[in-house]
Amino acid sequence: MTSPSQAADGAGGLTLDPEGGSSEPSQEQAPELVGRSPRQLAWMRFRRDKIGVLCAFVVLAYLLIAIFAPLIVKLYGENAYSLYGQDDGLLNGFGLPIKPNGGIDGTHWFGIEPGLGRDVFAVLIYGIRTSLAIALCVTVLSVVLGVVVGLVQGYIGGKTDYFVGRFSDLMMSFPQQLFFIAFTPVVVAIFVKPSDSEPTYLRFTALVLVQFALGWMALGRLVRAQVLSLREREYIEAARLSGASSSRIIRRELLPNLWTTILVQSTLLLPVNVTAEAGLSFLGVGMQTPTPDWGLMFQDAVQYYQSDITYMFFPGIAMVIFVVAFNLLGDSVRDALDPKTIR
Amino acid sequence: MLRFLVRRVLGAAVILVLISFVTYLLFFALPSDPALLSCGKNCNPQNLALIHKNLGLDKPIPVQWWNYVVGIFAGRHLPLGNCPAPCFGLSFNNDTSVWSLLKDRYPTTLSLAIGGSVTFLVIGVGLGLISAWKQGSVFDRVASSISLLGQSVQIYFIGPLAIYLFSVQLGWLDRGHDPDWTSDPVGSLTGLVLPCLIMSVIFWSNYSRQTRSLMVEQLSEEHVRTARAKGMGSKYVFFRYALRGAMGPIVTIFGIDLGSVFGGAIITEATFGLHGLGNLAVSAVLQSDLPLEMGVMLVGATSIVFFNILIDACYAFIDPRIRLA
Repeated sequence: MTSPSQAADGAGGLTLDPEGGSSEPSQEQAPELVGRSPRQLAWMRFRRDKIGVLCAFVVLAYLLIAIFAPLIVKLYGENAYSLYGQDDGLLNGFGLPIKPNGGIDGTHWFGIEPGLGRDVFAVLIYGIRTSLAIALCVTVLSVVLGVVVGLVQGYIGGKTDYFVGRFSDLMMSFPQQLFFIAFTPVVVAIFVKPSDSEPTYLRFTALVLVQFALGWMALGRLVRAQVLSLREREYIEAARLSGASSSRIIRRELLPNLWTTILVQSTLLLPVNVTAEAGLSFLGVGMQTPTPDWGLMFQDAVQYYQSDITYMFFPGIAMVIFVVAFNLLGDSVRDALDPKTIR
Repeated sequence: MLRFLVRRVLGAAVILVLISFVTYLLFFALPSDPALLSCGKNCNPQNLALIHKNLGLDKPIPVQWWNYVVGIFAGRHLPLGNCPAPCFGLSFNNDTSVWSLLKDRYPTTLSLAIGGSVTFLVIGVGLGLISAWKQGSVFDRVASSISLLGQSVQIYFIGPLAIYLFSVQLGWLDRGHDPDWTSDPVGSLTGLVLPCLIMSVIFWSNYSRQTRSLMVEQLSEEHVRTARAKGMGSKYVFFRYALRGAMGPIVTIFGIDLGSVFGGAIITEATFGLHGLGNLAVSAVLQSDLPLEMGVMLVGATSIVFFNILIDACYAFIDPRIRLA
């Protein structure tokens, strides 16, 4: 394959095409040249990266699990709310599974939860769904706001840039973990009186809002820095001289050049948000039992690890695989989109 | 150097004032009625009126905030009792002073944060240095795979596994307990070994990767090559020339990580059942104890800002160019 820098040097990303395209021939008998967009080039590079492709499949699998959780659990035959341990007498007097290895058997593939006695497989599938949904919302919101703020700062500049920049500095100096812990209930209290019981979706919304509030600054800064350098380029000047409106310059000239940053940062942000959400639930200020949640499983597991350590492995290993896959995918995406960066 | 420090301290003070104001606003102005929040589920008008008076909620928010800030430095007389100098108000829960609770819990979090930082800096930078020294060796490759794994595990997953393995089954290490430096320094130290080690796992991978690439970069610099050409030993050049150049960025990354270190300490506390600020914050939240939450938040923010200045000072010490800027 033509090296990326060579491809960039040739007129707008020309590369050798073994199948023979429709472009004009450059030399006699040489393979014909075909024009490829940067996107096609990136896709070609990505497909060659075996680890990246594997990780993409793993990540896809997690997303599918999250989306089709009800279907999977229905096919599996048990559900995430029945207290099998208590109803079927699978727990002993201490709330521990009677069968060895956390109560793993043909019906309960991953065993049963100590204490409540729910089916671990079903709870894990639904827990992944909850945690991923929250993290996805946080990531999407943070990325959108980060990009908007970065564009505004970089493109308008001047006083706007200064004051928005100082505001994001202020947000960055909050102690994150304490902020999450302290403000989740405050956000909940905006919508519901402390005396009333709170619906689950409200806790969900509160967690999303709180994490979103401190999630957008890093991307905002990156985008700002990029826009600052991009807006001085000739093609932007050309667009401006030819009478393009600001909104057109932002949409058609600046944004396409920011996609690499946005995509790479989003893939890196999502696992961070998943673990942050799980951490909050683990601490007891995130989702509440009986809502199945990845972090809550750890909270239970920490209480029972001395007598039922098997239980800890399922959410734990699932999360390690998830984060490893996402980190490697993030690296591969970066390599594919921006081969010049050296890690 | 002094001017640099003064400027940094002033900047930090502004940030802290802003944080305290925003936090106060969010806690006391945003919920429909903070008194209602503190009143809990079985609230009657009598309690409500009392709480209003005790919190001074009848005054406008900026005045309330000003009284709060003045109270921190000068103490206040609250209707429920006197609250001497560093006054962060009285806890809703049992009217104890927030400061005494903070003073009680802060050492645990601080010990964890410092101990954990020292651990991951030593392990991370150490591994990075060896990897850079033996580039492309088996050690280098194994270390980079372990780094990837280390970055992807969670404290609340490996923590219990480590306790189970090292203290329950093997009995090698203390399972972790709250440090008490004045009466039992040795016990405090041994009690912190496992928590600090576990906490360091999620951090050192990043440092070993960064150290390695920075060292590789530094070793190809011209001043390093010149030093080698002059006949200095490779070890001497490695530590005195390359390492010095690589240290600056590492210190900067550590400064950026301070917030996460603090967050990591909180998660570690919860995992090992220690009683630090995180535990205090969670219980404050569960009991809707606003003054306590406010106090924990401010102490957390102040610590991070303070250590940031300290790190900046170290940076200025390492790299003379910073002092002049």
